Amino acid sequence: MTDPRARQRKQMHLAVHAPGAGNTTVWALPPAGPATTPAKGSPELRPGGPPARRSPCSGSHTDFSSFRHLAATAERGLFDFLLLAEGLRLPEHKGRIHDLDAVGRPEPITLLSALAGVTDRIGLAATADTTFHEPYELARRLASLDHLSDGRAAWNVVASSSDAFAAENFRPGAAHLDRPECFARAAEFVVTARELWDSWTPGGVPRPFAHHGRHFSVSGTFDVARSPQGHPVVIQAGDSEEERESAASAADVFFAGPPGTPEAGQALRADVGRRLAAYGRRPEDLKIMPGVTFALGDTDAEAQENAAEIRKQQVSPQGALFALERVWGRDLSGYDPDGPLPGIDPDPAGEAAPGRAPVADPLAVAARWRAVAEAKGLSIRQTVIETAGRQTFIGTPSSVAAQMDGFVTAGAADGFVLLPHHTPGGLDDFVDRVVPLLQERGAFRTEYAGATLREHLGLPLPVWKG
Amino acid sequence: MSAPIRPLHLAVSIDRPGVRDAESYVRAARLAERGRLDFVTLGDTLGPPRRGASRLDALAVLARVAPATDRIGLVPTVTTTHTEPFRVADAVSTLDRVSNGRAGWTAEVSATEAEARHFGRRAPAPADALWHEAAAVAGAAARLWDSWEDDAEIRDAATGRFIDRDKLHHVDAEGPGWSVRGPSAVPRPPQGRPVTAVDGTHLPARAAAARHADVVYLRTGPTPAPGAVRAARADLHARLRALGRDPGRVVVLASLPVALYAAADAVALADLAGSWWADGVVDGFHFRPRDPDRDLALLVDGTVPVLQHRGLLRSFYPGGTLREHLCLPRPANRHTTARRTA
Repeated sequence: MTDPRARQRKQMHLAVHAPGAGNTTVWALPPAGPATTPAKGSPELRPGGPPARRSPCSGSHTDFSSFRHLAATAERGLFDFLLLAEGLRLPEHKGRIHDLDAVGRPEPITLLSALAGVTDRIGLAATADTTFHEPYELARRLASLDHLSDGRAAWNVVASSSDAFAAENFRPGAAHLDRPECFARAAEFVVTARELWDSWTPGGVPRPFAHHGRHFSVSGTFDVARSPQGHPVVIQAGDSEEERESAASAADVFFAGPPGTPEAGQALRADVGRRLAAYGRRPEDLKIMPGVTFALGDTDAEAQENAAEIRKQQVSPQGALFALERVWGRDLSGYDPDGPLPGIDPDPAGEAAPGRAPVADPLAVAARWRAVAEAKGLSIRQTVIETAGRQTFIGTPSSVAAQMDGFVTAGAADGFVLLPHHTPGGLDDFVDRVVPLLQERGAFRTEYAGATLREHLGLPLPVWKG
Repeated sequence: MSAPIRPLHLAVSIDRPGVRDAESYVRAARLAERGRLDFVTLGDTLGPPRRGASRLDALAVLARVAPATDRIGLVPTVTTTHTEPFRVADAVSTLDRVSNGRAGWTAEVSATEAEARHFGRRAPAPADALWHEAAAVAGAAARLWDSWEDDAEIRDAATGRFIDRDKLHHVDAEGPGWSVRGPSAVPRPPQGRPVTAVDGTHLPARAAAARHADVVYLRTGPTPAPGAVRAARADLHARLRALGRDPGRVVVLASLPVALYAAADAVALADLAGSWWADGVVDGFHFRPRDPDRDLALLVDGTVPVLQHRGLLRSFYPGGTLREHLCLPRPANRHTTARRTA
């Protein structure tokens, strides 16, 4: 069935980022009990059966079964792709492994290769950084994933700039590069990967390649035949000037930060559009998909309550003190998270937590936090929750569908990468309750029209540059 | 301590040069599973295509096969010369995770000029140096697999702690020109440590095998003579004892090229396997079919039933993990052991 309105209006693209390691994943919810897990063979599990209403629960974020559930849910919701992060090093605090947040990330290309066997249509996107990989090996693994999934592979490019901390897990090589050089290496990496993917003729004959640049000097014969998509879809993540430029020059999808307002999204599109033009590319050659969070409820009031509850779950009392210590640069373990903010000022020379972005201007952040706490009479934990920012979309399923559609019809985004706050069921409610309303509005597909991720995204096959 | 009495172990290569559809590999692995083989192998190299035939990343292929199979072990070749030791460990660990404990890896090196030029980072090195590094990678992988103790994830809401940080460990493993700080990005794999295999035919590799391998292949030609294999296995056992390792905990497989044209060939192969095993030449066999379709089918429908009929081969999988198929215990975590003995 094809909704006639679908042809008349712009449809959005949807992706999901698998919740895993990090401080936004809620891990302390009670595990799924018999009351919330449908029994095998129950109507909820039959194709086309009624959607089960489940309480959120925290499952394993490293077991294959959790990823399998998430992938199946996203595919049931006709999503464009599922995105997995990559683990370079566990975060540490004061020389010890940070213990308050979920940690543990399976190797993404291996995990997605397995998911290719239990899914049919959904795109499979692996994050892979360009500082600690080499083009031949990564291009080969991504091309293999594209073959094994019949054209559903994508690569989320991340330039791990000057990450001396992560570098301790890898061969010495690119570890010494400064930030501009890391982005230059990333750009040359993508170019080299595309040269390797182009080195086989569409007719199946391998041809020698040679790339001699500033960061890579490689030559020989690539051993993977041209893959079903020609090139796996290239996603550029990030928000910085450099990342916008990389997206405009070489990516198919820009996984941007949360959009804030439709106006901000329109401004981003205009900026990226100018950059695209400089590379001779059209606006439709790059799909802008910001990462977004959401909270649903049967009424707007209930949605607001749920949203507040999720934000509270994301900041434990211990997590609040840790967030405070990151800003203050001091040991604040003696403070009560339910008490007021410390009277002492941050130590700008204090130790930053390795593996995490440093707080840019701690004195300014502290002043802002104090102002919020005083104005609203908030404790340490309440202040951290209050300043952490709200979910992008909060409301009833119908309201969230309208908000998302509004962004897309205003030209502020081509779609969204959803960031659920728990696994494995963090996408269930969205797929069961919001997707049907998006479809009713004609804002989202009612069936997969194509087989490959490029087809889902409306991207043409890359022209073979032999 | 005397070696345990092992059943006859069988493995088969599912290499299919030029084949790039996942279903062919799934069919082959399922067929091997129907024959109750211990594991399938898939070769790999970072070199150029051989005779123009496309090749896929072996670990990715067997990860694709994992959810389509239930019991068979999955052992891709993974190279150690131009790859990152940290990622090798995490990828094999993840293969173990997606297969519920059926993963292994055959450690290999990249010795050619062609492979070196694909990376442009280092010149080709002699076999001794490469296998010295491969042993360091296998050692680093074993340490990374132990870097999370089995009960490290505690999810203790009362204290807000997701993990018990005392049960995660830096590894500080070192190889020539590199080191890995750790811990692994992924929790300890289901088997504790996935099975490490090495082709120990040549001496530099055999030295690495003696240090780290759970499974050692000894390659033979198409008309194999037991004498050379017996001698190589005795040499390996001497090396294991010199390193304080129990030879009963290392499975030695003769790796044979096979070409089966008729049922009689399948029976002849069963005769050979049975007699070598009875004579204590090897613990089992790794078959390398010349024609992947024809030979594997005859192996499963011809050779396997004969061996089962003679009581040399089981007719079902008593265990679920590759270690269980190979009668190898799940290794204790070195950190847990150290804590308990302290």
